[in-house]
Amino acid sequence: MHFDPFVIPFNIGLYFILIYCIARCIIWFRDLSRADKLRLQRGFFSNAFGQSLKEIFLESLIHRKILKTNFRLGYMHMSLAFGWFLLILFGTIEADVFGAKHLNAPYKAIFFKFFNPGHGLAGLEKGYSFLMDFILAFILSGLVLAIIKRFSSRVVGLKKTTKLKLRDKIALTSLWLIFPSRLIAESFTSGAYGTGSFLTGTLGSWLASFLPAQQMAYPFWWLYSLSLGIFFILLPTTRYMHIPTELFLIFMRNSGIRTGDKAGSFSEVQSFSCSSCGICIDKCQLNSSAGLTNVQSAYLMKGIRSNDDVFNIAHNCLMCGRCEQACPVGIELMPIRMIQRRDGDGDNDIRSVWKSFLRNRQIPAPLKTPELPSYSYLPERKFKKADIIYFAGCMTHLTPGIKNSMQKIFRAAGENYYFMDEEGGACCGRPLMLAGQDREARELINFNSEIIWKSGAHKLVTSCPICYKIFHESYHLGVEVLHHSQYIKRLIEEGALRLNYSHKKVVYHNPCELGRGSGIFDEPLEVLAHVTDLQRTEYDGENSLCCGGSLANLKLDSQKRSKIATDTASELTKCKPDILATACPLCKKTFSNVTNTKVADIAEIVAGEISEIQKKKSRISVLNIKELAGIS
Amino acid sequence: MEKFGFSISKGRQINYDSNDRRVADFVIENEPSFRLCIACGGCAASCTAGNFTRFSLRELNILINRGENDLPRNDLKKCMLCGKCTLVCPRGVNTRNVVFLAKQAFRKFDGNAF
Repeated sequence: MHFDPFVIPFNIGLYFILIYCIARCIIWFRDLSRADKLRLQRGFFSNAFGQSLKEIFLESLIHRKILKTNFRLGYMHMSLAFGWFLLILFGTIEADVFGAKHLNAPYKAIFFKFFNPGHGLAGLEKGYSFLMDFILAFILSGLVLAIIKRFSSRVVGLKKTTKLKLRDKIALTSLWLIFPSRLIAESFTSGAYGTGSFLTGTLGSWLASFLPAQQMAYPFWWLYSLSLGIFFILLPTTRYMHIPTELFLIFMRNSGIRTGDKAGSFSEVQSFSCSSCGICIDKCQLNSSAGLTNVQSAYLMKGIRSNDDVFNIAHNCLMCGRCEQACPVGIELMPIRMIQRRDGDGDNDIRSVWKSFLRNRQIPAPLKTPELPSYSYLPERKFKKADIIYFAGCMTHLTPGIKNSMQKIFRAAGENYYFMDEEGGACCGRPLMLAGQDREARELINFNSEIIWKSGAHKLVTSCPICYKIFHESYHLGVEVLHHSQYIKRLIEEGALRLNYSHKKVVYHNPCELGRGSGIFDEPLEVLAHVTDLQRTEYDGENSLCCGGSLANLKLDSQKRSKIATDTASELTKCKPDILATACPLCKKTFSNVTNTKVADIAEIVAGEISEIQKKKSRISVLNIKELAGIS
Repeated sequence: MEKFGFSISKGRQINYDSNDRRVADFVIENEPSFRLCIACGGCAASCTAGNFTRFSLRELNILINRGENDLPRNDLKKCMLCGKCTLVCPRGVNTRNVVFLAKQAFRKFDGNAF
């Protein structure tokens, strides 16, 4: 027997999805910028290719990252992905070795048992049947977990699982049907011919004992083929598109392609690579504390995929970066969200099923029409020559303790500094940028840059991580930018600042913009350990929590913010510290409203521990300078 | 004629027939906390932009609520969205979103009746 009509749905589905994936990859490649095309071509003939293959094996098949964070969820993904891969691989080998001839059509391997019902009676064939049964059992164990997860996500260690759309549900059902129908079809055939191993053989002989196995097998082979066909055809419109797309993503990423700040084919590939596994939903504090369950990155990716209006989702985010850090696929979620914010509330395409197969090409949003400058009222730039320029930032002006402490530290270290916004300066521009208003932000950047250049300073110290991030990333000043925790650490190392040791118990809250946002984790901890009895928490590193005050979220109301702040503060103050230390004025302000523990900035703690000798010394040096200048 | 230092001020009555409350409605619909404003002026007092120029969010809130959109339309652009006003607001009004939405509303409705 070489052919049977029941293989037609499978064949249609398979050839459709193969052609579709190739076409999509060509379109994505064509839409890349010239530089990215070259990167991809170069990546194909270099180490990146080998690395990609390794990554595909470890991440797309084994799902190593998910296994590390959550074993049961990882096992579920692994058994389905790796198991299915093994089933196809060994199925093809089986058809090639034991089949009538070599190099068979794919359906021959998938429906091998139907075309070779007598296979697997003895010897090597029997051993091979055992292997195939074992793989099928491996997949089915994962499938059982997947089904339980739909109804009770806590079983796999997730508090919430992703909500699905109708099309996703149909695809999900067809995916779920594939393996049980294969099991039953193979069992009936095995039962009729007395073949099969521990799974299909046992089940088959039991079923054959009271059912007409020969007749019953045929409809299940049809069901098996149909569910495969439907799954393949629906694949491009559902989240399962991540299966083929992720391979392409890994190649692109290893070739050095990054998201950048405009929508393009790489961001589209990333949005299709999201499998909606739900890890970002679990990590999101808007979910765990504020009870918002429709704004997480998985839903943003889903919205982008299906051309929905994601304007509100894109803006309802603290941009704390916890999801990006946890994403097992490694999607650059923050840049993608920023792109959506910049694009604004554009008109959306008409959505239909056909549109999701044939998407419009992602064209970057047109440049916004140049408007009159918004901040022309800013006064003539005042400046003063100095070695170090200090920018406190808007938030620090609301927490004057921090800027006073910083001034104290500057004086104690005898630095020649200029307090740039002492009488109130312009904003750094980061809040505008986070709201997607880059043009306006650029105006403020130009204004501040000019003052910094004219002052001739070689170091810029800022007290606010929000300012630090934009000075560091978008100003291009040619001046060393330091957050005050880095600066204080340097002073201590140089011996310019001598501090007492206080025996107060302190825990550190790592601000999102400083830690995950700018990669500064160690300096604040080292400074705190130098002056206080620092208590380490599990949130010191990349797993730090957000205080909820973030300027990045425009939509969150004050009750929900304070709920997040309360939860974070109580989590951090579990060990009953004397001081909850932070390195961000906004975090300090947010926490001080919700906790009874004293909240202080690193600068304040350090300024309080400056030794008496140092104070005297700095007083003398100030006097000397005045004498020299003839002021006395 | 001598004016003796006196002048007649312009009429200040609020004419709801000629006022356009579409912007206010749009803001309230998307940010209900806008209604909580008691016009205390904390936002204006702490404002970064207000340090340099005449810019008072308190005034703009009142005008938008009345439907007098001429001043807010251009003045809102002066805001730097720095967020100090949100932090000082005693009523928990999400002022940054109010400014953001009002700007969005002006973009949306511009070219119609304005």
